[in-house]
Amino acid sequence: MATIARPLPTADAAVPHSGAALPAGRPLWRRFVRNRPAVIGLCIIVLMLALAALAEVIAPYDWRAQDIINRFSGPSPQHLLGTDELGRDILSRVLYGARFSLTIGFGAVAISLAIGTLVGLVAGFYRGVDGVIMRVVDIMMAFPGILLAIAIVAALGPGLTSTIVAIGVNEIPGFARLNRSLALSLREREYVMAARVLGAPDRVILGRHVLLNLISPLIVFASLRMATAILVGATLSFLGLGVQPPVPEWGAMVSTARQYIATAPHTFVYPTLAIFITVVGFNLLGDGLRDALDPTLRD
Amino acid sequence: MTQFILRRLLILPVVLLGVSVVVFMVLHLVPGNPAEVIAGPDAPPETVRQIEVELGLDKPLPEQYALYMGRVLQGDLGRSLRSRRPVLADVLDALPNTIELTLVAAVITPLIAIPLGVVAAARRRSALDSGLMLVSMVGITAPAFATSLGLMWLFGYQLRWFPISGDAGPLWTLDGLRSVFLPALALAIGAVAALARLTRSAMLDVLNQDYVRTARAKGLREQVVLLQHGLRNALLPVVTVIGLQVALLLSGAFVTETVFAWPGIGRLAVFAISSRDFPVVQGTVLVIALLFVLINLVVDVMYAYVDPRIHYS
Repeated sequence: MATIARPLPTADAAVPHSGAALPAGRPLWRRFVRNRPAVIGLCIIVLMLALAALAEVIAPYDWRAQDIINRFSGPSPQHLLGTDELGRDILSRVLYGARFSLTIGFGAVAISLAIGTLVGLVAGFYRGVDGVIMRVVDIMMAFPGILLAIAIVAALGPGLTSTIVAIGVNEIPGFARLNRSLALSLREREYVMAARVLGAPDRVILGRHVLLNLISPLIVFASLRMATAILVGATLSFLGLGVQPPVPEWGAMVSTARQYIATAPHTFVYPTLAIFITVVGFNLLGDGLRDALDPTLRD
Repeated sequence: MTQFILRRLLILPVVLLGVSVVVFMVLHLVPGNPAEVIAGPDAPPETVRQIEVELGLDKPLPEQYALYMGRVLQGDLGRSLRSRRPVLADVLDALPNTIELTLVAAVITPLIAIPLGVVAAARRRSALDSGLMLVSMVGITAPAFATSLGLMWLFGYQLRWFPISGDAGPLWTLDGLRSVFLPALALAIGAVAALARLTRSAMLDVLNQDYVRTARAKGLREQVVLLQHGLRNALLPVVTVIGLQVALLLSGAFVTETVFAWPGIGRLAVFAISSRDFPVVQGTVLVIALLFVLINLVVDVMYAYVDPRIHYS
């Protein structure tokens, strides 16, 4: 089972807390390239993005094209990954599906990154509102794992947009807590103090001195949460609450394939593999970036 | 310690109040008029009006919330829009099944994970170790629905060792045990994988200690070294994570119960959302969140009790 839990408070420790924007020493890129798993992760993500962007060109068939006579056929030269219950080409559907799954991932992380960063920074810098904000975060964290996303999808109804919003909101507490703890440590730094003494307005301190130093931990965290967002998206669709068939979102494909698992397991295997590979890709990339951006945390 | 527990208890009502607001808002986040959504596109205006009155949607929002809370505190979660049964009755029917499933999963998690972790650590860098760690990585990363379906395919359809769906009876009957096994294993698999990895790394830490070398040097059997000197000291970080994992098993119930047609609260919630049965959605979400908060509280307090080094500020 995948851990689709929200990041725990202790997960903060897994992200660099160093104030340095970019560490000195060997150039970033060379440190990254030497980390083989990270490079594999990056390649997977680039490949997935390319496949999603070029689906029209690469896919041998339209994702809607049915061929009832050849339904449930196994892998063959005509259909490399076989066909599903309506004779649709599974390879083409998996390729187009990359669009939906990646859109969910990027969309949801964009929402949680934007709101979580804003809220977390405000909580960390303006101590007066900290208590209120963190209580709200506590309340959101009282919903285990995907429950909050499920509650939101229940209200908004199924579909791509509500899935993205639901997962985005579900992920806000993690980003808020991370940003708050980073802000708490940054506000005590000498250069932030110095800027304040020099009379810099809050907007300059936050925008120039703080936000710049948040970039590397945020990239790492966002990459790791992309993996989770894609998983949760697939899970919601699998439960019939997210993106609905016949749209070839990977989780929705597995949801349909589930009925035929005894007779045509290949309809289930390939979309699952696509989810798995993408999630592994983002995890490897996130871990690799963490090591490259903050070598002190290498384990 | 007492202060910590008191503070946790003081925050509890705030969190529960917030949870109730979120659950209440589920109905009001519905785009457009919720009553129209519930009634369906072709419903006559009278039906819509009737639903509005039944759910109290014709009153101002704060008044609706006050009425809602008043009812919830009296144990009235409303009536299902589909079955017309009280939501509380549906929830109370489903809850024991979810608790049974979660408990079995919670019991088998350390029973499988800890031996696997110890074996991997003892045979460090062997093919067995690499294999176990690879499998556990897959177990952590793969979506829960995929591992559930995989188990169902292997043990249900191919080997036919276990029934593939439903709850065949109470835990103390053979049929009941057989029917709970697959869903519980599916539910536990992520926690098992995470815990096995943690056990392995905790064991490796301990096995590097001087007292382990001393134990070996004085000629103790490897088994004694591993279990009495190694595992005993490696258990603390492992035990800490078990409680956390158990609380999270609750949220895995949605997928597992849906896949294995297990008549629990997760499946009830998924059904209710699909059929836009909002009172049941609200009731199930409220009860699951409540359970999660309470389990977390118990786990936290237990840790503070077990390990006095833990400080909370």
